[in-house]
Amino acid sequence: MKKIMINECKVRFRAISRNESFSRSTAAAFAMQCDPTASEIAEIKTAVSEAVTNAIVHGYRDSAGDVEMIMRLYEDSTLYIQIRDRGAGIGDVHAAMQPMFTTAPADEERSGLGFTVMESFMDKVRVRSAEGRGTTVTLEKKIGGKSGAR
Amino acid sequence: MLKIYNDGNRITAAISGDLDHHAAREIRTELDDIIARSRPELLILDLGEVGFMDSSGIGLILGRSRSVKAAGGELLIKNARREIAEVIRISGLGSLIAMQNVG
Ligand SMILES: Nc1ncnc2c1ncn2[C@@H]1O[C@H](COP(=O)(O)OP(=O)(O)OP(=O)(O)O)[C@@H](O)[C@H]1O
Ligand SMILES: [Mg+2]
Repeated sequence: MKKIMINECKVRFRAISRNESFSRSTAAAFAMQCDPTASEIAEIKTAVSEAVTNAIVHGYRDSAGDVEMIMRLYEDSTLYIQIRDRGAGIGDVHAAMQPMFTTAPADEERSGLGFTVMESFMDKVRVRSAEGRGTTVTLEKKIGGKSGAR
Repeated sequence: MLKIYNDGNRITAAISGDLDHHAAREIRTELDDIIARSRPELLILDLGEVGFMDSSGIGLILGRSRSVKAAGGELLIKNARREIAEVIRISGLGSLIAMQNVG
């Protein structure tokens, strides 16, 4: 059976650090439509913040640009959030997703845990990337699903 | 935001608001200033008023643990809401840094 989409929303914002909080508040507002628990909202905000921060910190390390966030909600309360940059891209996605893997210089104090956090808080995390072209991270979570203590 | 309570060898730094990549940079500079100036035996990071934290917060905590140790002191993480305690748990920070009332 085809899943029925009940809402779709696209936002585009400048890839600068002060917009990190804007992006996660926006995602939280969108998710409110499927009646999430407070913990689910916190998990969504954290995962979005990780992906958006990565786009700003790593994707646009040597360039400027926009981050695009596409949010979709389906009738079965599955939420999809896609975060896309057109920055540096990732050479080896599998390696990048390993816990404690980071390419950031030591003085930036990154611990290589962003993907680990996204994977702990969401049901699925998919990454598509091409070097020099950019990265798209898709976060998926069923609201009222697995962690559905409500 | 950062509030500092200094009683001699022990300094409490109470962070409030969102602890993300954007906020971490300023907090880091302020904390390293205090550490370099006061060389506390114990630096307590009170996260009780932090409403949001992601992996940038983990980086900040690990980094301050290093700078306090380099100045001859120890770091203690105190108070964290459930969601923040969860991020700390995922990171495995608990085995590296002393915690009180976290999770
Ligand atoms: N949007 C992106 N563009 C380019 N590289 C990326 C992007 N997202 C992630 N990466 C690469 O994947 C690595 C791992 O990302 P992850 O978020 O897990 O850790 P981190 O950002 O390095 O550290 P932390 O998130 O703990 O601060 C990054 O160091 C970077 O090399
Ligand atoms: Mg990251």
